[in-house]
Amino acid sequence: MSNAPAIVAAEGPIRRRPVALLELARKNRGVLVGLALVAVLFLVALLAPVISPHDPIATEPDNAYLPPLSPGHALGTDELGRDQISRILWGARISLPVAFVAVAVGLVAGGLIGLISGYAGGLTDLLLMRVIDALLAFPALILAIALVAALGPSLRIAIGIVAIPAYARLVRAVVLQLKQMEFVVATRSLGATPVRIVLRHLIPNLMNPVLVQVSLSAGFAILAEAVLSFLGLGAQPPTPDWGQMITTGRTFLPNDPWLAIIPGVAISITVYSFNLLGDSLRDALDPRLRR
Amino acid sequence: MTTYVLRRLVLMVPVAFLVTVGVFMLIHLTPGDPALIILGEDRSPQAIAQIHQELGLDKPLYVQYVIWIDNVVHGDWGRSITTHEPVAGAITERLPATIELGVVALIWSLLVAIPLGTIAAVRRGSVVDKLATGIAVAGVSVPNFFIGIVLIFVLSVSARLFPFGGYVPFFQDPWESLRHVALPAIALGTAGTAINMRFTRSSMIEVLGLDYIRTARAKGASWRRVVFIHALKNALIPVVTIVGLQIGGIIEGAVVTETVFTWPGVGRLAVESIFNRDYTVVQGVVLLAAFSYMVANLVVDLVYGWLDPRISYA
Repeated sequence: MSNAPAIVAAEGPIRRRPVALLELARKNRGVLVGLALVAVLFLVALLAPVISPHDPIATEPDNAYLPPLSPGHALGTDELGRDQISRILWGARISLPVAFVAVAVGLVAGGLIGLISGYAGGLTDLLLMRVIDALLAFPALILAIALVAALGPSLRIAIGIVAIPAYARLVRAVVLQLKQMEFVVATRSLGATPVRIVLRHLIPNLMNPVLVQVSLSAGFAILAEAVLSFLGLGAQPPTPDWGQMITTGRTFLPNDPWLAIIPGVAISITVYSFNLLGDSLRDALDPRLRR
Repeated sequence: MTTYVLRRLVLMVPVAFLVTVGVFMLIHLTPGDPALIILGEDRSPQAIAQIHQELGLDKPLYVQYVIWIDNVVHGDWGRSITTHEPVAGAITERLPATIELGVVALIWSLLVAIPLGTIAAVRRGSVVDKLATGIAVAGVSVPNFFIGIVLIFVLSVSARLFPFGGYVPFFQDPWESLRHVALPAIALGTAGTAINMRFTRSSMIEVLGLDYIRTARAKGASWRRVVFIHALKNALIPVVTIVGLQIGGIIEGAVVTETVFTWPGVGRLAVESIFNRDYTVVQGVVLLAAFSYMVANLVVDLVYGWLDPRISYA
């Protein structure tokens, strides 16, 4: 995050469009792998009904506790005989939308606060940043748990609220830098309205640093969702949900460790994919590390 | 420097105000009348009104806030809705367990992160570096409750190397205490290890490229001496910042780990209170967590300026 201003400053002449993602993927292996993994995850979520070998909630008590690599059940079955691989594939349909909503909330609200704060400066900046400071001081996870416990699982937006400060600070820092650059000063002296400057000149240049943050906060959102589900505040049974599968599987650890380990690995791979993408993007976009 | 400290303190006032308003509103934003939770079955209108009067809920909101903040400042954090125990007492009782867990997790994370981050930076591009960077990304990707469960299963249930659950105060029996805290601390410290290692690595890379390092080499200092004496000291400055914030975030970080390991700390108290709808206790924990974060933030800023005189206080 702290690298963001350098991304802009050291790039010299400002590009009118962000570096294309695919172009970066061609040059940086981390970006390529991260992007591919994220794409696969989205495909899995999208195609789960088609590619799942079984119904994720159909119970088959006769086939309970089958170990992985059993015929017909590649990842085995759970305590009710439900097919694990189908439940894992369907679980992606719970996790990824949460990440999407959380990122959207954080990006729109935080981005807007950062833009206004950075562009307006002065008292507006001072006040808005104190609100962000206060938000940052709140123990985010405890608050999210409290909100979801009190108001129901539909309040997944709580996870997005947690992401607001990071976006606000990032966008503000970049805007502060851009604002002083010659091309913005020149545009302003030519009589461009603030709205035009923000839309045409600031936002396009914000894309790259924001992209890094989007990827990293998606990873965080999935982790947070897993925590909420693990505590029993997520999707309720029999809906296949990774965090909740770990909670249930935990009881069977001594004899059937796979029931908890497989969903744990699924969460880890998903979060890893987003983190790898975000991290590699940051490295690829940061000229200081390109040496 | 004095001006900077003052400015920093003044800026903290509105933040502290907003935080207290937020914590105060917590109890009002949540559905359900606290009186109903306290009363249980006996729900006569008189009884409800009496509870409202006792809790001050019949007064205007801003008056309630002023009374509440006055009490908080004077150490009266209210009473638990379910156990009627004073909130401040319930928290201080559980604080040592959380602090021990947090401190051991932090020490563990630094013991792994600093050497590994340094080696990765010195041997940039090597197998060790690739492994370290890989671990750094993976470490923040695995949910800590999952790490906890796996550790319990492998090292406690199967191998029986560590006890599961139970907290022994450090000053009562240091050895047993460490045996009990080891697994939760590793689970809690993994993400911190990854973060601290990446900070050490990138900061070390930056420092190793500086002129004074070349000078030190040129005058004949051994590579080992340059890395560990000359470079590491400066490279650790950004690590100090992030570690400071990790200390401020101990309570929040411990929430899930304490729940998995049934560790009798403040984090588990928070989760239990949330599920019991005991919002006075939740309020207390949130307030404490928010203030410890704010104080840590302040201290980090001041220490950072003290460690690196190049930072301007303007």
